[in-house]
Amino acid sequence: MLLIHCPYCAEERPETEFAHAGEAHIERSTEMNALTDEGFSKFFFYRDNTKGTTFERWRHIHGCGRYFNAARDTVSDKFLTTYKAGEPKPDLSKLVDDQTNAGAKS
Amino acid sequence: MNAPVLIQPNRIAGKGRLSVADPMRFTFDGKTLPALKGDTVASALIANDIHLVGRSFKYHRPRGIVSAGPEEPNALLGIQRDVARHTPNIRATVQEVYDGLEATSQNRWPSLKYDIGEINDVVSPLLSAGFYYKTFMWPRKAWDKVYEPFIRNAAGLGKAPVHKDPDRYSSQHEHCDVLILGGGVAGLSAALAAAKNGARVIICDEQPTFGGALHFDTDIVIDGMDGFSWAQQAMAKLAAMDNVRVLTRTTAFGYYAQNYVGLIERVSEHLSAPSADLPRERLWEVRAKKVIIATGSIERHMVFANNDRPGILLASSARTYLNHYGVAVGKNVGVYTANDSAYAAAFDLKEAGINIPAIVDIREHPNAELVAKAKALGIRVLTGHGVMAAGGKLRVSSMSVAPVNGGAREVIPIDSIIMSGGWTPSVHMFSQSRGKVAYDAAKSRFVPGVYAQDCVSVGSCNGTDDLSAIIDEAIKAGEEAATYVRPNTSQVSISIEANGGNAWEGTLIGAAPGAEAGKVVKAFVDFQNDVTAKDIRLAVQEGFQSIEHVKRFTTNGMATDQGKLSNMHGLAIAAEALGKELPEVGLTTFRAPYTPITFGALVSHSKGALFEPTRKTPMHESEVAIGAVFEDVGNWKRAWYYPKGGEDMHAAVNRECKTTRTNVGMFDASTLGKIEVVGPDAAEFLNLIYTNPFLKLGVGKLRYGIMCREDGFIYDDGVVARIAEDRFHVTTTTGGAPRVLNMMEDYLQTEFPHMKVWLTSTSEQWAVIAVQGPKSRDIIAPFVDGIDLSAEALPHMSMAEGTICGVPTRLMRMSFTGEMGFEINVPADYGRAVWDTLYEAVEAADGCAYGTESMHVLRAEKGYIIVGQDTDGTVTPHDAGLDWAVGKKKTDFVGIRGLKRPDLVASGRRQLVGLKSIDGRSVLEEGAQIVEDPNQPVPMKMIGWVSSSYWSENAQKPIAMALIEDGFNLMGKKLYVPMANEVIEVEVCKAVFVDEEGGRLHG
Amino acid sequence: MDNSVKLRRSLPLAEKAFGASGVSVTSMGAGYRCSLRVGADDVAALSQALGVDLPQTPKTSARSASRIAMWLGPDEWSIYDSKNNPIDDLKNVDVACAGVDVSHRNTAIEVSGSLAAGVINAGCPQDLSLEVFPVGACSRTILGKVEIVLCRTKADIFHVECWRSFSPYVFEFLSTAAKEQSALAAR
Ligand SMILES: [Zn+2]
Repeated sequence: MLLIHCPYCAEERPETEFAHAGEAHIERSTEMNALTDEGFSKFFFYRDNTKGTTFERWRHIHGCGRYFNAARDTVSDKFLTTYKAGEPKPDLSKLVDDQTNAGAKS
Repeated sequence: MNAPVLIQPNRIAGKGRLSVADPMRFTFDGKTLPALKGDTVASALIANDIHLVGRSFKYHRPRGIVSAGPEEPNALLGIQRDVARHTPNIRATVQEVYDGLEATSQNRWPSLKYDIGEINDVVSPLLSAGFYYKTFMWPRKAWDKVYEPFIRNAAGLGKAPVHKDPDRYSSQHEHCDVLILGGGVAGLSAALAAAKNGARVIICDEQPTFGGALHFDTDIVIDGMDGFSWAQQAMAKLAAMDNVRVLTRTTAFGYYAQNYVGLIERVSEHLSAPSADLPRERLWEVRAKKVIIATGSIERHMVFANNDRPGILLASSARTYLNHYGVAVGKNVGVYTANDSAYAAAFDLKEAGINIPAIVDIREHPNAELVAKAKALGIRVLTGHGVMAAGGKLRVSSMSVAPVNGGAREVIPIDSIIMSGGWTPSVHMFSQSRGKVAYDAAKSRFVPGVYAQDCVSVGSCNGTDDLSAIIDEAIKAGEEAATYVRPNTSQVSISIEANGGNAWEGTLIGAAPGAEAGKVVKAFVDFQNDVTAKDIRLAVQEGFQSIEHVKRFTTNGMATDQGKLSNMHGLAIAAEALGKELPEVGLTTFRAPYTPITFGALVSHSKGALFEPTRKTPMHESEVAIGAVFEDVGNWKRAWYYPKGGEDMHAAVNRECKTTRTNVGMFDASTLGKIEVVGPDAAEFLNLIYTNPFLKLGVGKLRYGIMCREDGFIYDDGVVARIAEDRFHVTTTTGGAPRVLNMMEDYLQTEFPHMKVWLTSTSEQWAVIAVQGPKSRDIIAPFVDGIDLSAEALPHMSMAEGTICGVPTRLMRMSFTGEMGFEINVPADYGRAVWDTLYEAVEAADGCAYGTESMHVLRAEKGYIIVGQDTDGTVTPHDAGLDWAVGKKKTDFVGIRGLKRPDLVASGRRQLVGLKSIDGRSVLEEGAQIVEDPNQPVPMKMIGWVSSSYWSENAQKPIAMALIEDGFNLMGKKLYVPMANEVIEVEVCKAVFVDEEGGRLHG
Repeated sequence: MDNSVKLRRSLPLAEKAFGASGVSVTSMGAGYRCSLRVGADDVAALSQALGVDLPQTPKTSARSASRIAMWLGPDEWSIYDSKNNPIDDLKNVDVACAGVDVSHRNTAIEVSGSLAAGVINAGCPQDLSLEVFPVGACSRTILGKVEIVLCRTKADIFHVECWRSFSPYVFEFLSTAAKEQSALAAR
């Protein structure tokens, strides 16, 4: 069971309180009707499925109820950071550095 | 105990820590044997001079006790408390004796001494490495009937009990600053240091008493007392501290992400008559900020011919039996070693009066002091010699000794051999934490290398051999862990003074002299899985290069002991055969569990009534009282039908449907999902979520709404009531309630965060009673206050607030039956009383209660869909005949763009239509496939499937709904439903079978 | 709201109680509950109307008289009152908010005694040490296979809320764990 830092509760909480909610930073167009078929399929069907750092959404469904975003390494399963919905993607290079340093500490 | 005291031939007076004042009895294969309190089954058996305890897995060779701990590969017994409490494969070295314990040997028939499966030993060339894969390949047909039953009978390890497990298993989540795995010198030192510095500490050890190697190593003195006594005192000191939890008989079995460690505490396995409230085991799910691994090391056996004969044990285990349990492993004990530790064991045995005919050391020049001491004690030391083979069968009787470099053999009679091939650090937990091991070539061992988690290894599991160094390392780790977790606590340093304890030198991994390549002998690497040195060489010879493949082909290390003794030997033999350096071949992966654990402990509370929550509506007990039969809908128990006077389901449903259409019926609709949508932008929000327009829905009005996903497929449906300008009462399907709320929250939080709208689940705030039928208004009218129930004031699809039976209600005029009807929402705690009151009135009017089955029939008679039954995640509102519910003028809603996708507007989509059976009596099977031509060759082209099908008592014919390609254009067409024994002819029709005009809704 | 009610109110757990050495599990009587959702700007106005300061720190609660306001999320509180219905105090408030009466949706169980935290930890994965979950702390979380709201009212007393249909499960879970842990502690 992972520990996940909820940016709204401001603490790490057990994974069973959370639900995964797919890839992050996929915005619904305000002009849905104007989307081309290709545009729609990109929005709805295509996902990156990255090996390495991925940006994904979680909901603290059995906690504060909020959706938020996380950067997680799909190889090590480690969370690099979590941040509130609507906030921009964090700087990846900095996060990976932090992680390396954290690893060296232990 | 009144029975005469039985003699325990190998119990040595004055040795060990058990008291003769605490005698116990147990049985082994039906024979009653004496034991002492604190004995394990293994120590008690050896005390009674019993070494033969089982037959091996493949060759059915006689096997004895090899170790004194959890690494035991051979001594697996069935332990039985009563008929339902029989546990197979219990390690005799771990199971403590309790008075009345019954143990039975396994894997033998008809008896331990005469086992028919022993023939396998003779035909063993047929059973070499990979024999499963080779022998049973052909003919394929023989697999089910011949090979598999044979393998299962011959290869079984014990018998599983057939009765339901009557025991309790408990579980607990626990958090701490520092979790310490292992209660030996290292673990205890670390725990004392961490605890003194204010850390929340948990320390666990798998044994009943702390001390680890101090159980056998009596040469150690710590803080002025013997090592074992120090350990007991340290443990008592820790147990008395508020910030420390001490767990004995507790095995750390799994190390998972983020320092999440699973422990199993064996609570009652050692008790003669445990309380019924006491769980058998407790699962601890520990989350630690820092883990200190102090799991020690495990002695290895020597790989020589017939090294599996009963009476051959690890040297340190023999020492444990003597020094802790007061039991000598034999009267005439040979020693075979590559490591110094066997000398200490030999000395202890000799000093206890046991004859030691020889120490056979493969090393040319072992430690001179030890050799001198041996000689001083009168023990013959044969350096540069090996044991070429052990003699005897049911018990070892001799060892055949020869110089390592060749020469004449000498046969030395013995009744036991103790052996040591050196020590393997227990890196299991470290490795499970995803840490990478490093190879220490000088000592032929793997030690912790690169850490992956917040943990640290101390003591001999870390490759630290010297006692003082171990203590220093452990104290440092404990102090640092405490400071790491609580940097602001003032630091306290502790010191522990220790003397004695030798860093034992010498190692042998792989086959010993006499079992080298080319020798046709059975020198066992893995006792439990019957893997010999030869098998591993054969695997390499057959082309297996990777150690993971060698492992699977030979099954080396795959038994319940997970290769605690065998892994290093197997690796060394494979490396030699491959002509590679050992680290190049690599170590197999360590996986949880460290030792076998029960499913009971993992399941813990999740069984019986706690397997899943059983959800009941507020009216449940009243429904039980009137004879309802219930069905499971998700976790809900829903009244399915209400049989009367011996009716079967069919008769009850026919009556309920008929009564509801002609008179009145009432139905418990409480499980419907309900969401209160509140806020100034509530209408705007619902307009985006539903396909229907919602902006103009008046206060007090209802609207049936469909919800799609962005891809345009139906996700859920329900009726929405506008309670006030800024307040809606939304209903969802029973199963859809959580996911609809989740989806709405998702849009609200992430796509439309500017909207001032909030959602609250009210599914369980309201009990819902549907009263349906021509007399429904007459039934409820006398109980309703504050609401005008007339058709003009409260027409179909409208609602009002008032009271019913004096209870506040949201009264909705709506219908899922096609009849005039009402859905009465009352606060849940009043549901039962309102139901009872109305039911009395309904019964008096010759109406009835109807269940979910009749609800399904009644709605199907009207062609009303059930999402998830008549839709399958690929059905659009148009496909379902609900195009009218899609707001054509809307500029946005969830699914608006998806609905325009080329595939969704193409012709030939499956569309929901009705089906009539031409014969007027065949009720189709739900899920049945539909074809155009029943005479076409198989596989036929399916053009659709039946989604709903019932006998309609009201229409006096079978009715069905089906999703059929281009169905809307096939009205009147004959199609076919091929079944196993017949082909049913059907005709496509509109999905309405009763009151096509819909006039009955508006009475 | 219930002045005119003539009918019997059937609480989901009736008066169920379980007691063992070191821990009691007791179903609580009917209480008033309001689910309150409101944006940050209007918290002050509602605090005033309700007579209790809506806490804005995660995992905390606030009390006044018979009323307790539990932080559940950044815009969500659960108001519990054993005597007066908080929804009545929201009737004349002129801010955009959502107050929804959920008095009958939930039911409450009190777990008390020296073993209380351990008993809840049989199914709740949160750290319930006083250091991390002090008196006054509250949180929506998990117990076994269901969702609960947990509030620590005293060092050894927890108020456990759950939806009514889950309450038999929650009660059974807690009383089973209580029985076992009481026996374990007596060893
Ligand atoms: Zn949260």
